[in-house]
Amino acid sequence: MSVTSSFDPHLDEPEAPLYAARKKIYPQGVSGIFRRTKTVLLIITLSIYYFLPFIRWDRGPNAPNQAILIDIPHRRAYFFFIEIWPQEVYYLTGLLILAAMALFLMNAMAGRVWCGYLCPQTVWTDLFLAVERLIEGDRRTRINRDAEPMNIEKFSYKLLKHALWLLIAWWTGGVWVLYFADAPTLVRDLIWFEAGPVAYISIMTLTFTTYVFAGLMREQVCLYMCPWPRIQAAMTDEYALNVTYRVDRGEPRMSFKKATQARLVGEPAGDCIDCQQCVAVCPTGVDIRHGADLGCIQCGLCIDACDEVMEKIGRPTRLIAYDTEVNIKRRKDGLQEIFRPIRPRTVLYIAIIIAVSVVMLYALLTRAPFTVSVIHDRNPIFVKLSDGHIRNAYTVRIANMLPTERLFTLEVDGLHDAHVEIIGGEPLIKGRPSISVGPDQTREMRVTVRAIDEDEDEPAHLEFIIRDEVDGTTAVARDYFRTPHSVH
Amino acid sequence: MTNRPDTNLDPRKAVGTTGHDWDGIEELNTPLPRWWLWTFYATILWALAYWVVYPAIPLATSFTKGMFGWTSREQVVQDLDGLKTLRGPMTAKIEAASLQDIAKTPELLSFARAQGAAAFAVNCSPCHGAGAQGFKGYPNLNDDDWLWGGSLDAIHTTLQHGIRWDADKDTRASMMPAFGRDGILKPNEISAVADYVRTLSALPVEKDADLKLGQKVFTENCAACHGEKGEGIQDVGAPKLNDKVWLYGPEKVTIMERITLGGGGQMPAWSQRLDSPTIKSLAVYVHTLGGGQ
Ligand code: SF4
Ligand code: SF4
Repeated sequence: MSVTSSFDPHLDEPEAPLYAARKKIYPQGVSGIFRRTKTVLLIITLSIYYFLPFIRWDRGPNAPNQAILIDIPHRRAYFFFIEIWPQEVYYLTGLLILAAMALFLMNAMAGRVWCGYLCPQTVWTDLFLAVERLIEGDRRTRINRDAEPMNIEKFSYKLLKHALWLLIAWWTGGVWVLYFADAPTLVRDLIWFEAGPVAYISIMTLTFTTYVFAGLMREQVCLYMCPWPRIQAAMTDEYALNVTYRVDRGEPRMSFKKATQARLVGEPAGDCIDCQQCVAVCPTGVDIRHGADLGCIQCGLCIDACDEVMEKIGRPTRLIAYDTEVNIKRRKDGLQEIFRPIRPRTVLYIAIIIAVSVVMLYALLTRAPFTVSVIHDRNPIFVKLSDGHIRNAYTVRIANMLPTERLFTLEVDGLHDAHVEIIGGEPLIKGRPSISVGPDQTREMRVTVRAIDEDEDEPAHLEFIIRDEVDGTTAVARDYFRTPHSVH
Repeated sequence: MTNRPDTNLDPRKAVGTTGHDWDGIEELNTPLPRWWLWTFYATILWALAYWVVYPAIPLATSFTKGMFGWTSREQVVQDLDGLKTLRGPMTAKIEAASLQDIAKTPELLSFARAQGAAAFAVNCSPCHGAGAQGFKGYPNLNDDDWLWGGSLDAIHTTLQHGIRWDADKDTRASMMPAFGRDGILKPNEISAVADYVRTLSALPVEKDADLKLGQKVFTENCAACHGEKGEGIQDVGAPKLNDKVWLYGPEKVTIMERITLGGGGQMPAWSQRLDSPTIKSLAVYVHTLGGGQ
């Protein structure tokens, strides 16, 4: 055997594992201002989610009376006084822009506010943790019990916990489908097993995902699946408030006793007594004292935990606090703390939010009660009639967005002596062809326009004017009238 | 981070690096989470199950059929049957209603137009064009000039029995004689009558045109079918000659060619191929293209 000629520096190192098992986290209960804030927000957000589908909103006889409803079969979405048709999904675009900008603004102001307090993953995980604590006890008890071998008592605790989790998860999935149909009716149908298979499949899927994400995976969703922590880390700056360990105050850390002695003889002593409470309460298992961390969702629970400790040992609170990188540096240099909520990026985010909101509001307020669109026949572009007249044909589509049937007349402007006809239309009103469109419906019809061949090189510009004969409102669409001379 | 207080938690020490080093940038050797591994195994199992359940492996002349014998062709047949069932009630209404009722009822009209448009694209567009705009010798169905009649019933009859379609005994059969080829008219007579035909719709003719002769030839040979003034007779499918619409073209040479050769176009009798609701829908569709009478 020959001796290996090249030297491998890693040869004597133990092989690192390819796959690591998750280190189970046992978050400890805590009380304080941030815990209370989280609880209040949890109650508010979950109540909105669970009860919103039952709120009624009267829209008259031909429309659903559910305040928020996404009616997929009829292709309508209702949000209180707003009704959206599929061609108006740009409202959704606007909403998404607003949501993104609000997220960025929160981040520029106070870091991962969304992650810590509002994200469904956080809220449901918090709820599931509360259940776990209620059934199985707090951190110590849970750790000890998990170390025991399986026995009847342990099994019954676990069974009860998972049963409750599944119940919440099922309830969550059940409410989801209520946004897509009339909630009271669907609840009754679901109970009597008369709802469609899609409803049951959706409920089962969401029950499963809620149970797995909030009960079993928890922080792993934030760590491995969510893109926002990565984006957030790239978007933050030194002026943004973030949950921070004030290293300038905390170090050198030492026991309370040693610190008291050190202070007596005038030696430096940090406020951190290394009690690990901040780590124990953290729902993602982060030690915030290492500095900014991808895993930290900035829920502020470690602030509560540390404040409790500081009060007990009689040191000032907020060793861990919402703080900025600039201020840590400035305090070290003996400078005054500064806060700059008004920075180019926050101004920009607010400006975009205002601009998009104004545009959306304008679009909503001026939303036409009906619209018309016209498509010119492509083939043939024109037809020569036996008397030499030219006829163009169009597909005209009227969308009546109000919940009542309405009668419209059609007028075509821009041609001398044009003869307009709606194929399958209704009797003339004031010399104009008429057509009725049902409540909240669209109607497509074929319209022909006939005129003398005027020998023009340019096609005539036409205006198709749709008029509601009752209130006189109009909608206009534009197109051309083409002749053999004007076909380019 | 320079102020990281606890060097024990330096990730390079905690998980180690791969040993790769690019200009001082090292790659952490963070192990994948275990659930990821299980997910990976689950996808492998899924793929194996897919192999067994669905057709998967090509053999020399066939392929493995899977547990349930699923085929995409079968799926299409099922989808088509589903559509047929879905349309069933409307198709029955079309079957029961008269053509005039269909044209008057908005619900039936829009169904018939949609079905007619689909049938037209498959069966009729090769000759009449995708927009029914027609070609030389194949009539434009958008205009108001009809060879065999433009009422709903006339269009329907034409569709059912075709034109000069020998396999159908009720087909529209009359035909123009080949005046030139069969020696019925002499070349100078054909030229004269072609000039005369142009004057019927006020088209210009050469100064030396012998309109007298043309009129005489027309009255003796053509008027029986095309009418005294060239107004056409739909019963025999003789086109109007005094309007602005020309089936083959208004040029003198084209007119002479038609007089020489005679004959006329052909159209299949669609009742031999399409079911009656489809033919009704086609009639309504063509009627609503704009020229219906
Ligand atoms: S480190 Fe603190 S703020 Fe961050 S997730 Fe843990 S407890 Fe919440
Ligand atoms: S809770 Fe406060 S005192 Fe205790 S270890 Fe964390 S930072 Fe130090």
